[in-house]
Amino acid sequence: MTSILGISAFYHDSAAAILVDGRIIAAAQEERFTRKKHDSSYPFNAIKFVLKYSKLKLSEIDYIVFYEKPFLKFERLLETYVALAPKGFIQFAKAMPSWLREKLFQKKIIIDSLKKIEKNFNDEKKIYFSEHHLSHAASAFYPSPFEEAIVLTADGVGEWATTTVAIGNKNDLQIKKEIHFPHSLGLLYSAFTYYTGFKVNSGEYKLMGLAPYGEPKYVDKIKENLIDIKSDGSFRMNQDYFNYSTGLTMTNSKFHNLFGQSPRNPKIEKVTQFHMDIAASIQKVTEEIILKISKSLKEEYKIPNLCLAGGVALNCVANGKILEEKIFENIWIQPAAGDAGGSLGGALALWYLELKNKRFVSKEDDMKGSYLGPQFSNQEIKDKLSNLGAKFHEFDENDIINKTAEDLNAGKAVGWFQGRMEFGPRALGGRSILGDARSPFMQKNLNLKVKYRESFRPFAPSVLREDVNEWFQINIDSPYMLLVANINNSKKIEMSEKDKNLFGIDKLNVQRSEIPAVTHVDYSARVQTVNEKTNPIYYKLIKKFKEKTSCPVIVNTSFNVRGEPIVNTPKDAFDCFMGTELDTLVIGNCYLIKKEQNPSLKKDYTKQFELD
Amino acid sequence: MSFVKEFWEFIKIRKKYWLLPIIIVLVLFGGLIILTQGSAVAPFIYTIF
Repeated sequence: MTSILGISAFYHDSAAAILVDGRIIAAAQEERFTRKKHDSSYPFNAIKFVLKYSKLKLSEIDYIVFYEKPFLKFERLLETYVALAPKGFIQFAKAMPSWLREKLFQKKIIIDSLKKIEKNFNDEKKIYFSEHHLSHAASAFYPSPFEEAIVLTADGVGEWATTTVAIGNKNDLQIKKEIHFPHSLGLLYSAFTYYTGFKVNSGEYKLMGLAPYGEPKYVDKIKENLIDIKSDGSFRMNQDYFNYSTGLTMTNSKFHNLFGQSPRNPKIEKVTQFHMDIAASIQKVTEEIILKISKSLKEEYKIPNLCLAGGVALNCVANGKILEEKIFENIWIQPAAGDAGGSLGGALALWYLELKNKRFVSKEDDMKGSYLGPQFSNQEIKDKLSNLGAKFHEFDENDIINKTAEDLNAGKAVGWFQGRMEFGPRALGGRSILGDARSPFMQKNLNLKVKYRESFRPFAPSVLREDVNEWFQINIDSPYMLLVANINNSKKIEMSEKDKNLFGIDKLNVQRSEIPAVTHVDYSARVQTVNEKTNPIYYKLIKKFKEKTSCPVIVNTSFNVRGEPIVNTPKDAFDCFMGTELDTLVIGNCYLIKKEQNPSLKKDYTKQFELD
Repeated sequence: MSFVKEFWEFIKIRKKYWLLPIIIVLVLFGGLIILTQGSAVAPFIYTIF
């Protein structure tokens, strides 16, 4: 038996993953345990969890892989500062102390930290370092259902690479092309995230969600000034407009003058039509680049399968465009496409590339639906809830499914906690808040009263796999909510001329389909297909809801409030339930009604988490 | 010591010898700054600048 522990840490989304004989056993992000969103600290808790779940001691682990190479990253920093000196001095002065104190000595830090988990650990020969984008590429290719594939990774920056193309064949994975820092699609998108007043590294979703409210008026301006896109999709960015290489902000005054406004201050300024138009424009440019790269790769390598990873692969709208254009026959996207997935990718790269093990390709992917986190037995749940003073009813599985389906039909907001927690940023029916997709009030209600987040943000549908084609313009598996497709014409409600002329968020109040809660203003939806095999209980719930309503679609959003990591334990779920206007909570076989709970257990939950 | 050895290997493989002087100065000054934080060696740093 060979076991490999993968670790990603120190930048954002620390995580740990474990492989035993090449099989993915467990993986989790540190933020879920520490309750600090995008926690970048050393993933003590995640490591403890993956070891416990796989019933292994640290001393029994054969290899430990860190997801990137710190020396190479340090080289990039130094060369950038030397090349741009004296301009980058402020950033240099900020960055160097942490590098000289800890980041450069990561091997020692890893060993010292592992010693805290197991005192006698001292086997530094077990520690390996993968490359950032190789980790991403491995996380996208090896678990995929393809024997051969083109693997595209894109994010802010790793060591030097920001975008890479690799070819995966059986157990081999070779990086063929790279685009290097400072030219980065991820950083370009983040620059606009910053400019529109959202938080870099977490607000990118919001920018993507905002895009359909705007007109892509600034596309030409972006292409003429900020980025030179070649016919194969490769690009160079004009650094005169950006400040991330040398300063402490993403953009500079030249960038602000180009668009005629300063960056939005989220504390005092509201999102306006200008920001929506900016969002629409950068989204369009991003899609153009991704499509050009995809087309040229297909032409060059003539391989029908595409795998995607890296933060940019979480841009599900762009992913949907690749699908829509039918460039590839099959697309598979790593659900933990961000840096957390690097822990898994690093471990997989070692298993196949370094240890040269044979790869067996399964018909479905190897991610187990991304349900790779902790789970709790019914007894543990009952004990915990009793300790917390919760009032709950216990039902068998069929009854609890029936009751939940009834609640959804009655328009209630339901907290749904079943089985193992998801690995990656999306809740996929393990730790989800559910609602009736047919309700015209559900989107506003969930955004403002349950999630405490901006009213413009859309919700995603979970749909039975066999019914997806009837409701959405897509007919492939999308189990990880990483593809966007339009609502089928037969389910659309056309907007009147008056409605069409509405601007921005006013459009949101117009009922645009039979499932308005999950229909974005441009008739798109971020679809999750639910398969009986990967999540039987969630599948049964939607099936029951369909029996009652003839609608196989429900709203699925992550079980958390704005700024909070997705809930992990029954306690986290109960706290969130009591702190928000959720109506019922279903944990395992336990069923909780808000009205029955002791009011003194209610918490002011809105200020608990720093807004993102 | 293993760190120095590994870093030297890295420099050799990447053929980035020109980075060495920068790194040495950085490490010296960096080490000095860390060492002198609130310690009796503090006056030494003023004599350099």
